[in-house]
Amino acid sequence: MAIYSRSGRPRPQSGGFELFAWYYMRLSGVALFVMALTHFSLQHFLFDPSQETSQWIFDQRWNSIFWRSFDWLLLMMVVSHAFLGVRTVTMDYLKGGKRTLALTALYMVGIVIFVMGTSVVLSVQFPGGA
Amino acid sequence: MLLRYRGSEGMVAWAFHRISGIAIWSFVMLHVLDIYLAGGNPSVYNEILKFYASTPGRILEVLLGAALLYHALNGVRILLMDFWPRLTLYHKQIWYVNWAIFIGLGLPAAFIIMRPALGL
Repeated sequence: MAIYSRSGRPRPQSGGFELFAWYYMRLSGVALFVMALTHFSLQHFLFDPSQETSQWIFDQRWNSIFWRSFDWLLLMMVVSHAFLGVRTVTMDYLKGGKRTLALTALYMVGIVIFVMGTSVVLSVQFPGGA
Repeated sequence: MLLRYRGSEGMVAWAFHRISGIAIWSFVMLHVLDIYLAGGNPSVYNEILKFYASTPGRILEVLLGAALLYHALNGVRILLMDFWPRLTLYHKQIWYVNWAIFIGLGLPAAFIIMRPALGL
């Protein structure tokens, strides 16, 4: 089969991490298609930003194990998918020291976003006592 | 990049995919910060929320939704061609179908988001 693509990146022939990343982008992409569009529709069509105060988030929106887990899983998918995506873009445009610097910054930001997102999901009490 | 290279649909689809991806990641970082504040400092979060619910905030949300919908639809296009290589022959047709879906779903979505700002 010809190794070319008119769309994304040809499947890496090397195997290993690059091949894993190639499949991971596509599989997490399918999950995000459903989850990110559901989340956006919920926040903007079903509800409206004008009502989404912090009290609303914790008393209503996140007073449910399901939706809290859903939003956390969405965050994990988005952080990993965006991390690998920005990594690809970075490696396309930067080389040497600049690449190392940019990728290190990307790692740090990824970890900070992961920790902040997870801590807020876990630390806020359920008003219903669940 | 877009101005210098006279590429066809595939090139533009690729460039938009990168631009929309980076835009979405920028918003996700902001969004995690604001939700962190919602837990830690609700009054500051509620102030930020006033911007999200304002007219300029809503215009940015329409742009965010557009980036998200484009990235999602073009992502499907990439998957179709990567897993069924024969569909590569129709990559331009798939691109135009994507724009039809984008406009068909995007215009009503933009209207719903902007409705409160328009007083409707």
